[in-house]
Amino acid sequence: MNNGVNVTALAVFVLFFLLVTVMGFMASRWRKADNALHLDEWGLGGRSFGTWVTWFLLGGDLYTAYTFVAVPAAVYATGAAGFFAVPYTIIAYPLVFLFLPRLWSVSRVHGYVTPADFVRGRYGSKALSLVVALTGILATMPYIALQLVGIQAVLDVLGVGGGAGSNWFVKDLPLFIAFGVLAAYTYSSGLRAPALIAFVKDALIYIVIIVAVIYIPMRLGGYGHIFDTAAQKFSTPKSPGSLILAENKQWTYATLALGSALALFMYPHSVTGVLASKSRNTVRRNMAIMPAYSLMLGLLALLGFMAIAAGVGSGVKGFNAQLSVPQLFENMFPDWFTGVAFAAIGIGALVPAAIMSIAAANLFTRNVYKEFIRPDATAADETRVAKLASLLVKVGALAFVLTMDKQAAINLQLLGGLWILQTFVSIVGGLFTRWFHHWALFAGWAAGMVYGTYQAYGIASPATKHFGGSAANIPVIGEIGYIGLTAFVLNLAVAVVLTLVLRALKAPVGTDETDPDDYGAEAGDPKTQNAPVPAAAH
Amino acid sequence: MSSDLEVPEPLPGPPPAPLPAVTPERVLAGLSLTVPVVAMLWVASYTKADPEAGGVPFFYWYQLLWVPVSAVFTTAAYLLVNRDEKARKAARAGGKR
Repeated sequence: MNNGVNVTALAVFVLFFLLVTVMGFMASRWRKADNALHLDEWGLGGRSFGTWVTWFLLGGDLYTAYTFVAVPAAVYATGAAGFFAVPYTIIAYPLVFLFLPRLWSVSRVHGYVTPADFVRGRYGSKALSLVVALTGILATMPYIALQLVGIQAVLDVLGVGGGAGSNWFVKDLPLFIAFGVLAAYTYSSGLRAPALIAFVKDALIYIVIIVAVIYIPMRLGGYGHIFDTAAQKFSTPKSPGSLILAENKQWTYATLALGSALALFMYPHSVTGVLASKSRNTVRRNMAIMPAYSLMLGLLALLGFMAIAAGVGSGVKGFNAQLSVPQLFENMFPDWFTGVAFAAIGIGALVPAAIMSIAAANLFTRNVYKEFIRPDATAADETRVAKLASLLVKVGALAFVLTMDKQAAINLQLLGGLWILQTFVSIVGGLFTRWFHHWALFAGWAAGMVYGTYQAYGIASPATKHFGGSAANIPVIGEIGYIGLTAFVLNLAVAVVLTLVLRALKAPVGTDETDPDDYGAEAGDPKTQNAPVPAAAH
Repeated sequence: MSSDLEVPEPLPGPPPAPLPAVTPERVLAGLSLTVPVVAMLWVASYTKADPEAGGVPFFYWYQLLWVPVSAVFTTAAYLLVNRDEKARKAARAGGKR
């Protein structure tokens, strides 16, 4: 490990950081709208983004800095099992192709800003809407915190993260600055800031990955040699991983891919990116072009093997796998390009962190503040509260990273995926049918949350006593699989059975303010032009 | 998978002539979306090292190859659904006249 400060790399890093800061503040003037006080403007960029802006925005949003650090780190540590991110992102887009256009349409007709708004309108249930909103906020917070962990990894390798010896203030100062700046331009520009910065982020990422997968293997003696070295590492008896997936890991691999794919667009920040697009067709077209990012992710995963072949971390006791890729870049690239690569990761953290905080703020404002605290809040009030909430969310995430240990953030983010998946039945079920009873959905959600959390609590790993993994025995089937997906199946079963019971008892079903035609509405239809004020507003 | 779209309830008044809920376009689109999902969830079909491609074991290059292949299938679904929606719009407009 290099203990000094890498001055050239740091200079390049800071330069890019300044560039995106300027862009972030200028973004408020980009495609400026007539009614800047409406939450649609700050929180959804005016619902105006076309195919390419949406593509960059969603790419910037879903493929986060943490992904860039964690996916190759998983491959570095466990080999094939860590590669599940690739099938996960392959199956995600065909799956969501089925329901996201419907979510876009109904949200456009009724002016919904969050998934919980939709649940409120569809089922007329405050309780169900509230738990969907709270689950979203709960799942998003640790995710924001992990973006900070991504930045920290880069700063550590750059030599400015401070060693164990430096005091906490010096150690965390760069992180404070980065986050302060991020909070300021998100506050002033809303979703337009990450949308604009995403262009820089994604361009940098593509350049770095393409260079990395060509240049690094050239220096390491080709892919054949890289995989041979990796095979050697994983063939030692004590190795926790394998180069090719072992037979008893296949269920885990498939269920993790499927469960994660189902969860991906339940995250509030993903929905924010989708609802910000200007038409139903924009959403569909994006499902066809998003795989470009998945390809990049797959190549990135291979960097984990390159780190093994380059000897990163070998012989270092307790080497943090999360540092494997940043360290690989520093070992392999000339300093200036290391700076570019680190800027890509750093900016890769800022874009999703901004969108996530906006999404969490929208949820709080629409589904907690307006629903329960001040039902008569005007659009301008909503915008003001959302801006403040976005600051609070970020301060919370920062406090989380500084006070709690990193492992807690990673555990919670794993749990977050499991939790957010439990909103799937309410949201996606509701997009297709009004058959489910809202109390049955509520009970299903609760069952999934409790079961999943309890199961995850019981998993230990070398790094942590509880919440040490996401796979456990699937009852009935008897294979090891993703807990989130098992909880999801339980959730669905409870919802179906209780709906049958409640329907037999003729329990009141609540009002549905949506109309079957709303789910197919396209921009320009008369329906989308005079969108009424959603139910939550009354 | 073609249950993608809810059948609209019949409108009061003279019924327009809507297309049936199941059209060849919708069925094909549903199939196009199913293929990549099934291929990736069938893990046993690709957990092997050979044949290698340029030193990369089958397990890795096969899955990477599926990324662009899945994009082709999703694009096909997009085109099919677009066609279907245009036909529906035309049928609705015709029915109202």
